[in-house]
Formats: sequence, structure tokens, C-alpha cells
Amino acid sequence: MLDSHLTQDENAAIATLIAQHQHRPGALMPLLHAIQDTIGFVPESAYSQISKALALSVAEVHGVVTFYHHFRTHRAGRHVLQVCRAESCQAMGAEALAAHAKKCLGVDYHQTTADGAVTLEAVYCLGNCALSPAVMMDDEIYGRVSPVELDALIAEAKA
Amino acid sequence: MVTKVFIPRDSSALSMGAERVAVAVAQEAEKRGLDIVLVRNGSRGLYWLETMVEVLTDKGRVAYGPVKVKDVPSLFDADFLNGKSHALSLGLTEELDWLKKQQRLTFARVGITDPVSLDDYIAHEGYQGLKNALELSGTEIVKTVTDSGLRGRGGAAFPAGIKWNTVLGCEADQKYIVCNADEGDSGTYSDRMIMEGDPFVLIEGMTIAGIAVGATQGYIYLRSEYPHALKTLNEAIANAEKAGYLGDNVLGSSKAFHLEVRRAAGAYVCGEETSLLESLEGKRGLVRFKPPLPAIEGLFGKPTVVNNVISLATVPIILDKGAQYYADYGMGRSRGTLPIQLAGNIKHGGLVELAFGATLRELLYDFGGGSATGRPIRAVQVGGPLGAFLPESQFDTPLDYEEFTKIWAVLGHGGIVAFDDTVDMAKMARYAFEFCAVESCGKCTPCRIGSTRGVEVIDKISATKGSAEHTKSIKLVRDLSDTMLNGSLCALGGMTPYPVLSALNHFPEDFGLPKESKAG
Repeated sequence: MLDSHLTQDENAAIATLIAQHQHRPGALMPLLHAIQDTIGFVPESAYSQISKALALSVAEVHGVVTFYHHFRTHRAGRHVLQVCRAESCQAMGAEALAAHAKKCLGVDYHQTTADGAVTLEAVYCLGNCALSPAVMMDDEIYGRVSPVELDALIAEAKA
Repeated sequence: MVTKVFIPRDSSALSMGAERVAVAVAQEAEKRGLDIVLVRNGSRGLYWLETMVEVLTDKGRVAYGPVKVKDVPSLFDADFLNGKSHALSLGLTEELDWLKKQQRLTFARVGITDPVSLDDYIAHEGYQGLKNALELSGTEIVKTVTDSGLRGRGGAAFPAGIKWNTVLGCEADQKYIVCNADEGDSGTYSDRMIMEGDPFVLIEGMTIAGIAVGATQGYIYLRSEYPHALKTLNEAIANAEKAGYLGDNVLGSSKAFHLEVRRAAGAYVCGEETSLLESLEGKRGLVRFKPPLPAIEGLFGKPTVVNNVISLATVPIILDKGAQYYADYGMGRSRGTLPIQLAGNIKHGGLVELAFGATLRELLYDFGGGSATGRPIRAVQVGGPLGAFLPESQFDTPLDYEEFTKIWAVLGHGGIVAFDDTVDMAKMARYAFEFCAVESCGKCTPCRIGSTRGVEVIDKISATKGSAEHTKSIKLVRDLSDTMLNGSLCALGGMTPYPVLSALNHFPEDFGLPKESKAG
């Protein structure tokens, strides 16, 4: 199982990022992004440090982290696969593609494969609507994705 | 001789393998000892032809597409570097019918220039608008924007000049320009194309806005689903700063304008301007009550212009060529051009910028070439997930804000999503409620609770066809829609009934009602 316990390096990284961002106007969002970009998620154990530095309550930090779909409070798999569920992709068979992804990975949305390779997420539009259906693996986007192409992407991610 | 080869860095092109094609072209050229300069341009917007590779010849740019990695050696064999013929030849890019029929004002440079090259931008008439603006007073700049008839392209279509004038008239120690780049509507990607294909035009537009109203700080609130746009924008901003187009002393005018990109985090509701401002302030994206208007009390309580990417990116050409030049395009009260995005089940999907007034049918068939599956187009959704579904009988409606209002529809951000005859409209209505439930900020009851109850009622309608319960449920979904329309705080809850009721009214047979009926 994926452990959300932080390493010493990760704790140090969070402290550095807080120091870097805390004085920016509206610092919380850029800070949360920086933390997730660096260690892959926003650990609840960091809430108290963040709230102190930004003069917020822990509840406020928790409220913001959980409001936004992008932030996660637990480690994701080595790769994140986002499958678009929005109308344009639906018009080109996204529902079947998502069902295929779930079956192939053996997980539902917001879950990670047992080998820790892939976390599956739903996404509502990747802005690739002329080439639907679309998926995103980490930061790379793919258009006109067939189940066969999705299999290849997943195989590559698991390798 | 060094040959210039253009291969897009646009996300959609990348989604079809543009990066791999670029690498293959560079390697093949090196292998053959040929000297090329690879320019990573934006996309021309003919997405079904991506990856589209262009070569600069003495006759102009010659295009090839769609190019896959496996085609690269044969392109070299055919001497594509001299524009010679190949199975994937498309001819001179400028002569492509799809482009020739368009009126590209906002998108004048997209696909043509290197997006992060300031020299290229300036060589293609860039920064002329700002130069003119610096000669004018704030009031004169605002008047030019007002006279052009430019209305907010994010969806609300509010006159941009009037908004600017309110901010201009406020006394404050700090004002802001905020660009709404949280392009969350399915079927839309024009903001992304600008940010990835011609970011300087947005930077210039925001700078002009800042100079006009006296704002010294700008923020681009960019959706987190656009990592490539983030990279391109940051590169372009750094280049503009280095050259003195941004900073404490814009072009030696002693006027300051600073610009920063802030990432959103996947909440659709943050495309609503007040929710966006909350998010920029580092809070949950809860919608604010209006008044006060953001123009008076916006970001951090200061007067703030909030405009969509396309609105701001259209400002430079207005300041360059004049208000009348822009206003001469369009129909009725919809002046200028609209970058239309063809999406969904469409054969030729892509970006079509046209003066207001073209019909849906022209776009779907003359440009779009019909559905991708080859089946009849049964419905289109215009204006994103909160836009109405239109049946074939409405395809002759001209794209004009007021004409769309007349048929209880919206143009929104100009996205058109086509569906073929396999679509189940009851399922689409259910999805509209479901999406609203997932994305609701939770502040107002009609949206927060109504959306979930809506999913349940649609399920009931589908499960009870032909019974008395069914008739009751149809009435209930209409009552619920009425409550959401009139009782929601923002467009998310307030417009979810558009897709729901338009699906029910135009496609009653999918809800177990007789086809000819006016649906309860």
C-alpha cells in the first residue's frame, strides 16, 4: 500500500517551499501546487506548518486543499492517468474508453493499481476537444485515443 | 541554404505525436547532413491534419499532414524541404480553403510565428497596439475599446469597455488586471491555442488594459490541466520582461505593469469571476454575492478588471487598427469576430475565426465536414456544459449573441460540440446535473442540492416510462429547473437547466415521451 508517511527530505522540502512562498499575495494556492509538484501530494501532516506560516487556521488550509480536485492528500501511483469525461469526449466514446481503463487497471477513479504504477482520475476537459477522446498521462496529452492505444500507454507506465 | 521547418508545440498537436515527429525530423536531417532550423509554432487549428509540418519555400509555406514518425524518411526522400510533392502534401498553407474562408483577427499570428520569439511577434505587427495606447490617455484607450463593440468572450458577453471604465473611474492605491484562463468548458480550446500559439498577444492586451485603467499588476489564472500553456506563457513573460515590455517602466513610459501566471486547481466553478478571485486570494473558490462588482471591489478588495483570454487578446488589434476596423465585422450588437471551436463528433475539428453571423450549419458542414463517424449529426451543444442542446431544425441560427438568446440558447465561449444519432439525450441531461453536482461550490442551495436531486429525477424518468410516476417526474424536473434558473447564485446552477430542458424539449422521445409532443 502507498504510505503517506514523509521522509526527512520531504519534510525539509516542505519547510523550504513554505519559506519561499509564504510572503506572496494569495500564497496558499501557489504553495500547495509547489508542495504537490515536489513530493506528489499535500500531506495532512503539513497543514499545521502551513497554517502557522500563512496565519490561517488548520481548518482553512484543509478547506482549500479539499475544495480543489487537483490536490490530493495521499501519495499517487508513479503515474497519473486522467481520462476526460466531458461532453466532447463523450460524443466520441469516452465512456467506453473509461470503462476499458477501469477494467484494464482493475481500479475505479481516484484509486491506484496494486503495483503502485498508475492512479486513475476523471478529468473534465483537457482542451483537446477537436481530437476527442483525450487522456493525459502525467503531463503528456493524447488525442483520438483508442482502447488499443490506451493499453499501450498503460503497459508503458507499468513497465 | 538553411531551410525553416515548422512543427507545432500546441498541446493538441502534441497529443497526435508532434514532439516525436519533431525529434524524428531533426534526426533525419542530421543523418542526411541537411541544415534545417526547426521552429516550434502554434497550431494553425486544422487539428485533423496534425501533426502538420510546414516548410518555408520561395513560394511560401508548404504544408504536409497528418505526419506520423513513420512518414518522416519518405518526406525527406520526396524532397519536402524544397516543397516537393508527397502523399501527405497539402499545398501552400495560405491557400488551404479552410483557412482562406476565415477572418483571423485575434488569431492573426497563431500557427505562423514562433510563440516565444519576441522578434517574430514584433515582425508580425506585434506591440503596435501598445505603442498606440502609450500615446493615449486612459479615457481614450477605454473609449476605443468601447467603440469597437468588444464584448466579453468568456461567455457573459458584457461590453469590455464599460467594465474597464468602471475600474478607470475608481480611486485606489492598487488595481488589478485578471485574465480568466480557466477555460473549463468542454468543446473549447481557443484560450489554450492563444496561450500556446501567441502568448505575447495576451500579454500585450493585458498591458494595454493595465495602462488604460491604472493597474500595475496582472494575473493570469490558468487551469492546471494546461501544463504546456503554463510553460509557454512563462517563457514569453520572461522574454517580455527582459526586453522592457513588462516591468516598472513599460517601454520607457514610466508606467509599470507586472504579470504573473497563477495555476488553478481543477475546479470548474473558478471560471466564474468572483470564485476565481477567491481562489487567487488563496481561498476555497466560493462564489461571491454581487454587488459589490469586482470592478469596484475585486481582487484583495481592490478595483479589478476580469476578462477572458480572448477578450484581452483581441485588444491589441483594436488599438492597432482602430475601433471602427474591428466594429466593421459582425452583425447586430455582436461586433467583430468570434473564434469558434469545432469539437466532439466532427470530421474536421479545429479553430474557425469568423465575423459573427455565420450559421451553425455552415460551421458543422462547410468547415466541419459533418460527423467523424459519418452518421447524421443529431444534436449540438454550443457554449460548454451550461449551453443548450440544439436540434437540426435550429442549425440555421446565425452565431450572434442575441439570435441565440431568442432560441433560449447561448454562444458562450464559442465551443460547438457535435453528437451523432447514437446520442441518448436523457443521458446527456443526467450528465448535466451530475457535472453540476461534482463542480458546485456549495454556497447556494439550488445548485448544491438541486443538482443531486436532478440526477435522481432523471433516473426516475428513465426507469418509469409510461407510468403516472413518469408524468410526475417530468413535471418535477421542470419545477426543479425553474428553481435552479431563478434561485442560483451564479451561472453554474443557474444555467444547468439549459442543457437539461433543451434536451427534454427538443428530444422528448429520449425521455419516453411522444416525439411530436411538446414534452409535458
